[in-house]
Amino acid sequence: MKSWLPFEWIAAVRFLLEGLMQTLVILAGIAIGVGVIVFMSAMLAGLQANFIKRVLTSQPQIQLIPPDQVARPLRTDKGTIEAAIVQRPTQRVLSIDQWPKIRVEMQNRPDIVTVAPTVSGSGLALRGDTNRAITLTGIEPEVYFRIVRVPDYIVAGGSQITSEGILIGTELAKDLGASLGDKINVTTAMGGNRILTINGIFDLGNKGANQRSTFVALRTAQSLLGLIGGVTSIDLTVTDIYAAETIAREIAAMLPVQADSWIKTNAQFFTAVQAQQNSNTLIRAFVGLSVAFGIAAVLIVSVIQRSKDIGILRAMGTKREQILRVFLIQGGILGFLGALIGSALGAFALIVWHRYARQVDGSELFPLILETQLFVMASGLATLTGVVAAIAPALRAANLDPVVAIRG
Amino acid sequence: MAEVLKLEQIRKSYNVGTAVETEVLHGIDLAMQSGDFLALMGPSGSGKSTLLNIIGLLDRPTSGLLAIDGVDTATLGDAALTQLRGQTIGFIFQYHYLISAFTACENVMMPMLVDKGHPDAEMRARAEQLLDRVGLSRWRDNNATNMSGGQQQRVAIARALAMDPDLVLADEPTGNLDTKSADAVFELMRQINRERGTTFLIVTHNDDLAKRCDRIVTVVDGRVA
Repeated sequence: MKSWLPFEWIAAVRFLLEGLMQTLVILAGIAIGVGVIVFMSAMLAGLQANFIKRVLTSQPQIQLIPPDQVARPLRTDKGTIEAAIVQRPTQRVLSIDQWPKIRVEMQNRPDIVTVAPTVSGSGLALRGDTNRAITLTGIEPEVYFRIVRVPDYIVAGGSQITSEGILIGTELAKDLGASLGDKINVTTAMGGNRILTINGIFDLGNKGANQRSTFVALRTAQSLLGLIGGVTSIDLTVTDIYAAETIAREIAAMLPVQADSWIKTNAQFFTAVQAQQNSNTLIRAFVGLSVAFGIAAVLIVSVIQRSKDIGILRAMGTKREQILRVFLIQGGILGFLGALIGSALGAFALIVWHRYARQVDGSELFPLILETQLFVMASGLATLTGVVAAIAPALRAANLDPVVAIRG
Repeated sequence: MAEVLKLEQIRKSYNVGTAVETEVLHGIDLAMQSGDFLALMGPSGSGKSTLLNIIGLLDRPTSGLLAIDGVDTATLGDAALTQLRGQTIGFIFQYHYLISAFTACENVMMPMLVDKGHPDAEMRARAEQLLDRVGLSRWRDNNATNMSGGQQQRVAIARALAMDPDLVLADEPTGNLDTKSADAVFELMRQINRERGTTFLIVTHNDDLAKRCDRIVTVVDGRVA
């Protein structure tokens, strides 16, 4: 007996040790429960972080585009009659009005990191007797590559783009039978026509994107698409990715542009995240509940087994509150120890799973995120669950009639 | 001599207020002076266990006066009764003598530990001294269950004495032992009674042992015969 321990702790620990088999079985139960919670939470956080990373390295966080063109019938003029059907005007490829000014304004904002003007439109890539539809994107590589990390996906050549050069995807290269250094003919509906040299071939990990995406220098695209000196969008990255929507609204209110944040354009992703979190919470709650019932069941059996001990303790002057605390402490100890073992199990499972679960391209499925906070939270909650689960058995023990307990 | 225990017209009924109300004690009068060594006898079902539970403050009488050390217990609440019980009464039971999760020495310490809340060296010293008195120094670190019945009962006696109680209640302390062990346990209680002047109330079925007590009180059908 350690002299610094109060009676309740001594009795609780001794009772748990005496029923070692019971204690170990319930500890295993709690540990598995906590392990599942830790594993699920950490993996989900990792998958989300990975998804966000992937989304944000392949698209701008905010994109500024010219506002939609709308038909404005002149209703107020004398003698004008409005048609029964007002057709939506076609959306021509237009430049953002006074974009260099907007660019400067964006660059001056402290919450915006990168500003990349781009020109994009459709075109046709021709080689020999083959042609393929492409999306032509004119970029300033030094800034644009900070938003979309094309250089990371280059599989042949480099990411430098000369004024007569082009970057194409692996699928397009295959379809055209072209390889690095070959020339392809690019034409557009606006009558633009250039012979461009393949500077690099990339693999974005998506067949559609590899077939259609192409990158050329900003000026090349401007002349091909007939937008000399203009840009069709300004791509931005921000310091706080979750503030993107607020910033986008601010910009839209301030300037004659439409601002789309990644949060709005990936609304589906956020719905999916929310659904995942909801189901995760539900699973956690039920695992917690079954752990609580397990602890309660074991302690109820323990109270029945020890009713004579409890009776004798009460006869020798042990107060009801003391008996109550002995069993509450047992619940707390079970919860806490179970959580420690469970956290270790969960972390181990995460490390193993992280090592063997790979994506198709061999990269990690999710980043390993082991936050101390998660383990502290899990342990705290499990301890609390243990104490709460022990309330009913502890009350039962405290209210035992010593006469009945000793006689029984 | 101080009056340790005083019972006046103690009645006990079960199922009070219902159709099956039964009175098992019909007005018991009993007084014990400090240093008394009393045998309580009576056939099974005579109410002596109920009486012992009432004296031990484990149960309350339906009516009548029960005073321990001159303190009327009728007005005391549950917590106060528990405290009075812990400090003035020692128990020795026939079965389930000791708490199996603890050693012999720790069992003897238990009443003091429960009272004080924390163990200390003084407690251990007193427990060892008491174990020495009942001749079990060698067994003090033995687990309570690894001892013979006689040994366990001697530990129980040491435990009953831990708080230096004014009254020790023994419910058939030798009922579960062979003759030799029973004799040794009884003799030990007698010696402690003589040395320390501790008051003993012993419930027994054994006439020979009863005859060696100072007084014999027989309860028959809920009355002192």
